[in-house]
Amino acid sequence: MQEIPLTQLLFVSTFLFFIGMYGLFTRRNLITMLMSIELMLNSVNINFVAFNKYLFPNNLDGLFFTLFIITIAAAEAAVAIAIIINLYRSHNSIDVEDATEMKY
Amino acid sequence: MSNYFYILWIPLLPLITFVVLGLFGRKYLSGIAGLLGTASLLTSTILSFVAAKQYFFIDGKVNGVFQKIEAFKYTWLEFSPNVSIDLGMIIDPISVMMLVVVTSVSLMVHVFSLGYMKGEERFATYYAFLSLFTFSMLGLILSSNIFQVYMFWELVGVSSFLLISYYFNKPSAVAASKKAFIVTRFADLGFLIGILILGFYGGTLDIGELIARFTSVNSAQYISITGASFLGASMLTWGLTLLFMGGAGKSAMFPLHIWLPDAMEGPTPVSALIHAATMVVAGVYLVARMFPVFSMDEAALNIVTYVGAASALFAAVIACTQTDIKRVLAYSTMSQIGYMMFALGISKNGGENGLGYMASMFHLFTHAFFKSLLFLGAGSVIHMVHSNEMKDMGGLRKLMPITHIAFLIACLAIAGIPPFAGFFSKEEILTAAFHENKIIYGIALFTAALTSFYMFRLYFNIFWSKETPATNHAHIEHGHDNHDAHNNHGEGPWVMKLPLIILAACAVGVGFVPFSQLVTSDGKALETHIDVMFSIAPVALSVLAILLAANFYKNQNDKSDKVASAFGGLYTAAYKKFYVDEVYLFITKKIIFPFIGQPIAWADRNIVDGFMLLLAKTTAKISELIKGFQSGKVQNYAIYFFGGVAVLSILIIYIWK
Repeated sequence: MQEIPLTQLLFVSTFLFFIGMYGLFTRRNLITMLMSIELMLNSVNINFVAFNKYLFPNNLDGLFFTLFIITIAAAEAAVAIAIIINLYRSHNSIDVEDATEMKY
Repeated sequence: MSNYFYILWIPLLPLITFVVLGLFGRKYLSGIAGLLGTASLLTSTILSFVAAKQYFFIDGKVNGVFQKIEAFKYTWLEFSPNVSIDLGMIIDPISVMMLVVVTSVSLMVHVFSLGYMKGEERFATYYAFLSLFTFSMLGLILSSNIFQVYMFWELVGVSSFLLISYYFNKPSAVAASKKAFIVTRFADLGFLIGILILGFYGGTLDIGELIARFTSVNSAQYISITGASFLGASMLTWGLTLLFMGGAGKSAMFPLHIWLPDAMEGPTPVSALIHAATMVVAGVYLVARMFPVFSMDEAALNIVTYVGAASALFAAVIACTQTDIKRVLAYSTMSQIGYMMFALGISKNGGENGLGYMASMFHLFTHAFFKSLLFLGAGSVIHMVHSNEMKDMGGLRKLMPITHIAFLIACLAIAGIPPFAGFFSKEEILTAAFHENKIIYGIALFTAALTSFYMFRLYFNIFWSKETPATNHAHIEHGHDNHDAHNNHGEGPWVMKLPLIILAACAVGVGFVPFSQLVTSDGKALETHIDVMFSIAPVALSVLAILLAANFYKNQNDKSDKVASAFGGLYTAAYKKFYVDEVYLFITKKIIFPFIGQPIAWADRNIVDGFMLLLAKTTAKISELIKGFQSGKVQNYAIYFFGGVAVLSILIIYIWK
């Protein structure tokens, strides 16, 4: 089986990252924004795994990092959803445009 | 050496009273404020007498010399191991003497005020201020550190300010209090610089240490301070002169005396306390406290002498022409303080030549009693006729017999007629002056005669002059403005008579205190005796002056007016207080304000403030520009964040390789 070159993996991860970034900037729904952030995190995960596999096949550092990131992302998602729920309770909306009190 | 720690309570009790009355007085204690203040001061007074008895008669003396005892010491601010500001209490003959004087006069004033100030709205506040004043004065007396003296000195200034402006709805009282505060504050600037000079060269602020270092001719400190000179005078002279300037401000010496006559705007018992017996002698006390150092410097002592003598004469001349009875008393105070000052100035430290020092302290002691008696007597008179002007009085001797007798005794005492108190102390001063300096002796003698004249002018104008019924009539007319409840009081309640009686007894008796055995410059007893031949001249002059005053003022006649017009310009000048106030006004309004004050104010407004305003405005403008970034929109923040990351990445990757 022919090996997938590293550049292609990096291309996928970059692609994912910018999709996530685009979603973060354009979507107004907090849940969607959270999903976009997850996408960005996963693109980073792909980077870690890919570099680990292609550059340092004898080490497992990248894999460990990825596992940690997944764990922390789960925790972060829980916190973020808790914040969103509270926001919904107070503002009756989860649209970021409706929660702009914290300005000058 | 036995324990004197209880001395601490003497100033502490009035302080506690001040705090309690100041915080709760008006709301909860207005009924008993006077009694509370008086009771606490009575305790202080008793403690003072106990201390005096213990010090003078039991254990103050070691081998015939009175020792300096440090009752209490606490290192408060330590700048370096050698220089610190300590809080301490020193016990030596003059401080114990002053303790007795201040507490007893203050007690008399407290008691007198129970009657005099009755029904005042701010009665409790008045007693709080009195307590604060007494505390500061007692603290000043006991201070063992010159910086501590300075702190209490300022406290005295503040409390006198508060007391003078007690009637704060009277514009003249407000002006007088400001004047007193500013003039004495200006003098205190000199005092502070003097302290710093002495402290810098002496390497310590402790009074005992300073004296020890500056009085031994071989010490490094003495050599360095006399070696350094500025504008042709040694630093020792400068330091002491500036110190004396502070003293002159508080003691109302010429030309810093202008606040004292105006300070009569305060309640009369306050005048008795502050401007007669205690506060104004603070300057004398300061010079006496530092006297061993003063005695090392001829020039500074000469300044003390001539300023004192000039003030004594100057004030006596003015006192002859004033018509406000409290002003006459104020100028007489200034004159008597001048006496004390020049007596210190002509004195030497130690031995027979220390007579002037002892005489000065003795005069301070006796003067406190008869002058407070005069003021309280004047207070009684004012309480009755509701006026300070002589022309509203006259013929009061039948209406106020006790005040009349007390006032007469005080006048005889201040005139120096034997056997009243003033005679003894004045004799000592004159003897000292005679031996040291004949010019000063001449001035002193002439001033003594003037003193008798103006005091009896006052006496006859108040108690004789007119017929009694006329006064009675005037009394009824005047009587209905404020003290309605006390209209038919005659001389007021017993609390106002009692202090007069006690002080009159003191004015007769304190001259017999064997003062020269107790308070001298070096702590050793000094043998003095009254030389009858020597006493003839001053006593005869005084008697002549009294007869002259009786001739002029005992019955209404125009002799005094004729003499006044004969003196012409001199009389007018004296009546206008020699235009000193006008000179001050001219200097401040025409010179200092336009040429110094206004440019500085301009610089302050436009340069100092301007710079700060510029800073503030610039900050405000910048923040106006950039506040749009804080939009409150999460996604904008995310864009800034990623933008920042991108910029940093570019920087790190391509520029800071």
